[in-house]
Amino acid sequence: MTIWAVLQILILILIVVGSVLAVWLKDLLASVIALGGSSLLLSLEFYLLQAPDVAIAEAGVGAALTTAIFVLAIRKTQRKEEE
Amino acid sequence: MSVVVRTIARILAPVILVFGGYVILHGHLTPGGGFQGGAVAASAVALVLVAFGAPAVKRLKAPFSVLEDLGGVAFVVLGFLGLGFTFFANSLAGMGSLFGTPVPPGPNPGYLNTAGTLPLMNWAVGLKVIGGLGTVLVLFGLVGRDDDR
Repeated sequence: MTIWAVLQILILILIVVGSVLAVWLKDLLASVIALGGSSLLLSLEFYLLQAPDVAIAEAGVGAALTTAIFVLAIRKTQRKEEE
Repeated sequence: MSVVVRTIARILAPVILVFGGYVILHGHLTPGGGFQGGAVAASAVALVLVAFGAPAVKRLKAPFSVLEDLGGVAFVVLGFLGLGFTFFANSLAGMGSLFGTPVPPGPNPGYLNTAGTLPLMNWAVGLKVIGGLGTVLVLFGLVGRDDDR
């Protein structure tokens, strides 16, 4: 098992952890940040799988634009999730 | 947003814009292209919008709309440019004009002034993506109340 395989397994585990955090957290801003981090790790995984084109698109749309839109939406509504 | 976010955004937004332009301009040589560079450049607009609020980008709405129309029309016109042969034929490659340098055979470091209509189409798609995503972001920032927290 090479170092790259270990790194990719680590990144995939971190993606799952970030996604679970995004669902689990009650503070919606923290949830959006977790989703953005998960998306950024997914773009790093695309880069390691030698698809830099997809990685740039994922980093631009997934990590930057959706995070910004979610932050704007939270700013216009409320920050805490209701029970 | 706080003064830290505002200062970082003021420094970083031009850099992100320039990197988006680089990704579009080198679309035929390196990974990336019109859509990727446009998305990167639109994320600079998103950064300014999040950091400074909707009034900072409100007057960009009409220019973004015009930019999107310009990109779409430019792409169709570039497609019709090859109509002597087929639709979307690359009529500028190797002709010595803009982006028209012939590529010598063999491995090369990547010549920017090549590939004919492809870089121009990358710019058309890039302008359309910047305009479209920018319009969406600005309209999203303008709707509803905007209390800066």
